Amino acid sequence: MEVEILSRIQFAFTIAFHYIYPPLSIGIGLMMVIFESIYIKTRKKEYENLARFWTKIFAVTFGLGVATGIVMEFEFGTNWATYSRFVGDVFGSALAAEGIFAFALESGFLGVLLFGWNRVKPWVHLVSTIGVFLGSMFSAIWIVVANSWQQTPAGYHIVGEGFNARAEITDFWAMVFNPSSVDRITHVWLGALLSGAFLVLSVHAYYILKNRHVDISKKAFKITLIVATVFSLAQLFTGHQSADGVSKNQPAKLAAFEGHYTVKAPADMYIMGIVNNKEQKVTGLKIPGGLSFLLEYDFTAPVTGLNAFPEEDRPGQVNAVFQFYHLMVMIGMTLIALTLFASFLWWRGKLFDKRWLLVVFVFATLLPQIANQVGWFAAEMGRQPWVVYGMLRTSDALSASVKANQVLFSLILFTAIYLLLFILFVYLIDKKIKHGPFDETVSNDRPLQNDISNVVTEI
Amino acid sequence: MDTFLGLDYQTWWFLVVGGLFSGYAVLDGFDFGAGAWHLFFREETSRRIAINAVGPVWDGNEVWLVIGGGALFAGFPIMYATLFSSLYIPFIVFLVFIIFRAVAIEFRSKEKMAWWRKTWDICYSISNIMLAFLLGVVLGNVLQGIEIGENYEYQGNGLLEFINPYSVLTGLSVLFLLMTHGAIYLLLKTEGGLYEKLTYLVKRSIIAFVVIFTLTTLYTLIFIPHLSAKIRTNPMLYIVPLTAFLSIANIPRLASKKKYLRAFLFSSLTICLMLILVAIELYPNLLLSSLDSKHNIDIYNAASSQKSLKIMLTMVIIGAPLVLTYTIFVYNTFKGKVKLDEHSY
Repeated sequence: MEVEILSRIQFAFTIAFHYIYPPLSIGIGLMMVIFESIYIKTRKKEYENLARFWTKIFAVTFGLGVATGIVMEFEFGTNWATYSRFVGDVFGSALAAEGIFAFALESGFLGVLLFGWNRVKPWVHLVSTIGVFLGSMFSAIWIVVANSWQQTPAGYHIVGEGFNARAEITDFWAMVFNPSSVDRITHVWLGALLSGAFLVLSVHAYYILKNRHVDISKKAFKITLIVATVFSLAQLFTGHQSADGVSKNQPAKLAAFEGHYTVKAPADMYIMGIVNNKEQKVTGLKIPGGLSFLLEYDFTAPVTGLNAFPEEDRPGQVNAVFQFYHLMVMIGMTLIALTLFASFLWWRGKLFDKRWLLVVFVFATLLPQIANQVGWFAAEMGRQPWVVYGMLRTSDALSASVKANQVLFSLILFTAIYLLLFILFVYLIDKKIKHGPFDETVSNDRPLQNDISNVVTEI
Repeated sequence: MDTFLGLDYQTWWFLVVGGLFSGYAVLDGFDFGAGAWHLFFREETSRRIAINAVGPVWDGNEVWLVIGGGALFAGFPIMYATLFSSLYIPFIVFLVFIIFRAVAIEFRSKEKMAWWRKTWDICYSISNIMLAFLLGVVLGNVLQGIEIGENYEYQGNGLLEFINPYSVLTGLSVLFLLMTHGAIYLLLKTEGGLYEKLTYLVKRSIIAFVVIFTLTTLYTLIFIPHLSAKIRTNPMLYIVPLTAFLSIANIPRLASKKKYLRAFLFSSLTICLMLILVAIELYPNLLLSSLDSKHNIDIYNAASSQKSLKIMLTMVIIGAPLVLTYTIFVYNTFKGKVKLDEHSY
């Protein structure tokens, strides 16, 4: 096999694997902040137990995120040297900001978050938890800014020619707020927060079903359900904003999302379907003129189709892009339906009466995960054949000196070690979940905090 | 060319990257060094204490690698691209071991069976030894120069060329230096039998380091004369190797007096001085071409634009004090000897 396809497989595989963990860390991070804040506010031990329990799970996702994240950074240099030379000047400031303002914040406070329960005062611990959470939110900003710049470049000019051509930054804020940044950051944030919230829902639904830790699980489930419902609905809005942006900035990608070929014609919106790229035809269930309406609020508005672009400038895998995009949308709708239904039952006071619903919630943790993955697949494959839209082709972005046997060697190694990592992840999470949030040994091991609560009761 | 306090931006960024690499070498250096000793400890409790001595900090220390790598990418993208693509195999193997080490730390404590713990102990120790060694191997290749041709592209076959006499020597030097550094860190964090054992081990590792480092120095002076050219023409610079020599000599002196905190400061200083020496001899080059000096990568032809460097330097000036403040706060929280509790590995 050739270097290009091997390098693309390796990058796709390592980034997809990496992307399981940081979103979970962001999402669980928010729930830890909420649980610990309630504890500080109410001084109820059970909320501290919850915060401690989720911190243990967080430790696992965070560790795996760092380990697999270093791989991503190295791969820019090892496999995509021409890309690194091309984007380095522009990416540089985003990466520097991520390192200084996000990673350092996250990892600095991580030690206190994980091991500092008995060493610092409760409010100092809460500040550390918030620090780690904010750090993870910041790092999402900078990495999505960098990726958005690849989708919709802004604030740069091209210097040099041929091999030595590269983008140089001319306006930092124009680069940061490039046309797709804000839409994509909010979309990615919500995707991450949902993946964490649904894991929390899943685990506590499991406890309720198993009749373990029932009281605390019911409380945790309700709090998290609010978060999940609000964010599921908000995700519909950011998703729409994002699609709207794509239609303006990357029309070829949007056309691939819906399998729309005709140059200027009203475009349909498919609920589901299959694209035949050769015959330029989509078979499936559709709302005629739906895409036109979504973008222009007019069922007959013309939308740019794939045929408006030369064959070599448009995505090759139209059917795959179509399927990934539609799967993401369908999952998004499912999450809204599920959380609204559960909220309705809660309002009627019957939330925990339906066992089947709890079973659905146990497995629903996979849904945001899948949506995050396929959403990125659609975004990245829809940008092809470009790595930087309209400027640098993926096939030109490789390391010229790296040979196929080297990439094959690394791909095999990564596959083996990531398999091991995934077993580790499942094993650790399973063990921690079976262990549960209650731990008698921690009941009285926080002298500082006991001192403070004594003072409070004396007052 | 724009300057700040009399130095151009490229030089400032060279200093930033150098500072970050030094920070990484000192911090993850003691993790690697401490882990490399792992199989020397016989008792289960000793091994647990040794792992927990790095437990709260290794994750944070690894972030220095992410930031240091990011800084190199940001400031000198051409250097980053060429370095990583020409040393493809060692960097990939480094990645595999850094993940393996994390897996070993996490897995080890989760089951009580002896064979389970022994397996992960071996993985943990080998990973740390290899990581320290590979850092030295990469350094050796950078110092010696690699086959860079037109357009900063590597011309070699990229398989086992990274293993050569000089890179093995620098690899071993770094390994023994970090093992000394790591042993001293563990001495600060332990007591009892493990402490006694380490007082003995640290002396051995200093001897091993001095022997191998002398060989490396001789090899450098004889076979790679360009690495001492600057010092030979500028006697003022003798002060750097001289300070390094005194700093190394100070480690066993303080260790025998059991002043380990000071010894740790001197082993950290030694690591920094070694890197300063490297920086002085390379500057303004970053990566030498062994084919033709016109293909050398230096801080000017590899750098990002003035505008980009200026933005990044502004960020460092704002961010560095913040990072320093909470790093000190975290280390302060965990100072003192390791006590195993229910949060331990």
